[in-house]
Amino acid sequence: MADADGRVAVEVIELVKRYPKRDVNAVDGLSFAVREGEVFGLLGPNGAGKTTTVGVLTTRVKATSGKAILAGIDVLRDPVAARARLAVVPQRSNLDRALTPRQNLTFHAAYHGVGRAERNARAAALLEQFGLLEQADIKVDWYSGGMAQRLMIARALIHEPEVLFLDEPTTGLDPQARRFVWDRIRELRERGVTILLTTHDMDEAAELTDRVGIVDHGKLLAMNTPAALIRGLSGQSVLELTVTPGPGDNADALIAALVGLDGVDKAERVAAAMPAFPGGGNGFPGGFPGFGGGGPGGGAARPKGGVATVVPDGAAPVQLRLYLTVEPATMLGPVVTLLAPRSAELTDVHIGQPSLEDVFIELTGRGLR
Amino acid sequence: MTTVDIAAPATGRISAASSARKAFVAILWRDVFVTGKELWVLFIQVALTPLFMLFIFAKVLAKQGFVSGTYGHLLLPGIVALAAFLTALQSVAFPLVMEFGWTKEIEDRLLAPLPTSWVTLEKLVIATLRGLFAAVIMYPIGALVLGSAPWRPSGFPLLLVVILLGAWVGAGIGITLGTLITPAKISIMFGLVLTPLMFTGATQYPWPTLSSMRWFQVITAFNPLTYCAEGVRAAMVPEFPHIQPWICIVVLLASSVVFTFTGMMTFRRRAYS
Repeated sequence: MADADGRVAVEVIELVKRYPKRDVNAVDGLSFAVREGEVFGLLGPNGAGKTTTVGVLTTRVKATSGKAILAGIDVLRDPVAARARLAVVPQRSNLDRALTPRQNLTFHAAYHGVGRAERNARAAALLEQFGLLEQADIKVDWYSGGMAQRLMIARALIHEPEVLFLDEPTTGLDPQARRFVWDRIRELRERGVTILLTTHDMDEAAELTDRVGIVDHGKLLAMNTPAALIRGLSGQSVLELTVTPGPGDNADALIAALVGLDGVDKAERVAAAMPAFPGGGNGFPGGFPGFGGGGPGGGAARPKGGVATVVPDGAAPVQLRLYLTVEPATMLGPVVTLLAPRSAELTDVHIGQPSLEDVFIELTGRGLR
Repeated sequence: MTTVDIAAPATGRISAASSARKAFVAILWRDVFVTGKELWVLFIQVALTPLFMLFIFAKVLAKQGFVSGTYGHLLLPGIVALAAFLTALQSVAFPLVMEFGWTKEIEDRLLAPLPTSWVTLEKLVIATLRGLFAAVIMYPIGALVLGSAPWRPSGFPLLLVVILLGAWVGAGIGITLGTLITPAKISIMFGLVLTPLMFTGATQYPWPTLSSMRWFQVITAFNPLTYCAEGVRAAMVPEFPHIQPWICIVVLLASSVVFTFTGMMTFRRRAYS
């Protein structure tokens, strides 16, 4: 399924993997394609089938059925040719501890048939690029997690792979090392290397990838650019308003009116999180302190031993939450236009931006794995 | 600074066979290089047990009159066979247990552009070479410990053949064990496999003389090491009773086929999931 805008670097078709003595498929009819030069993120909870999928593509897991194509090569039929064109950066160090860091690079290049002079030159260049030149000839055991990760990326690049697999590339790294790795990934993308990365870090996925595929139970749940996935999360884009209804008006009537607006999927009064305050009397200013849907302000602001005074809706500010199908900012105008003729006073506005994590949770659920 | 141009088009991709050959040589060179760097480790690992055995049985006990002076000449060939067999076995089994079970070091070689069976083959070759190395150093050291050693140049061709085959069988068993056993069970391997192998391999006694202990003779007949030790004896000290060399060679050949096969199978199962 070659897209119009690029050749396919990796393609998985109806891939199934069932491990022996298991009653469910680890990968269950998965299909997706990664374009040449694309950074593709494979997201999913633990045990979703990401690692197995990458295992099949990197020739380490035998598929039960289906097809896996890498750089035009059928991985299942010709794993040796596929290995020449791919590189893997695993999550946990698998560096050769009997060799120095430099030798890790040169031997890896030798395995891939790079000539002696060439591999020495490439190793030196990569060691410098990855800031490891000073520690190139010590024991690998002395390397920190971040250094080992950098060395593994350098090792993956020395035989000039067409497709690079990164398994949780920044898990367990400090922020400096993480930024460094992110920068290298962006550089590689600019150079046109196809990258398939698996991650749990939604910020990382949103930051680095062109497209993501979300998998669970071995099936693809969604695949698109992070922005489109977030946009597609209908009703998850949220606008919260604090409104004091005008005389003779009330919250229910306001809600009914707001739902009528184009772009509003649903509207509700945030009652549980923010009990209606008695207006006037207690000396509260018009706006609520600590606004934001059940924040610390809600409970603390409740008057001590306050008598439950029934106040008509019209007198108290109410908090309303609108679930939108459009960008929240574009709704501000219509909302104000609707409120003004009703003499409703808008005292606070809060835009709740959904993230890739919301998409992830929406698709894969909240349950622990 | 030279930058590595990752996006360079993959011009002139070498053929699969040629890339596999290059990769094979490179991973073999890696193991030779590492072995050379840690030669003293290998030496201690392989030479110490046989050396102590030789010293106690042939030197100490002979000095005290418990064994005859000629026992040393019977034991030394057995010790040379033991060193070749055991070195090949251990020097591949232990690293494989760790590389597959813990350090994952082997992954980089499994991802090299060559068939997985070639990676297994490379392990068989390097282990056999290490076994050969152990046999070669054991002989002069043994001679030094004993003060004398049998010398029979006409037996060299047979000696070389049975040592190589013995080491190959040891390597096959080592790969099979190394890919079956998890790091947590490594000590069980020692107790349950290595020790029985060492003592039922006719290294300390000539097999034909066991006829007085029929049950033990039968047990030792199942240990490939017996045929290696008997073969070395036939080559170096034919005056002692020994199994016919052709039987030794046939059994060792059959064993190498069997254990090469099991090694290939278990290695493959471990390398793939």
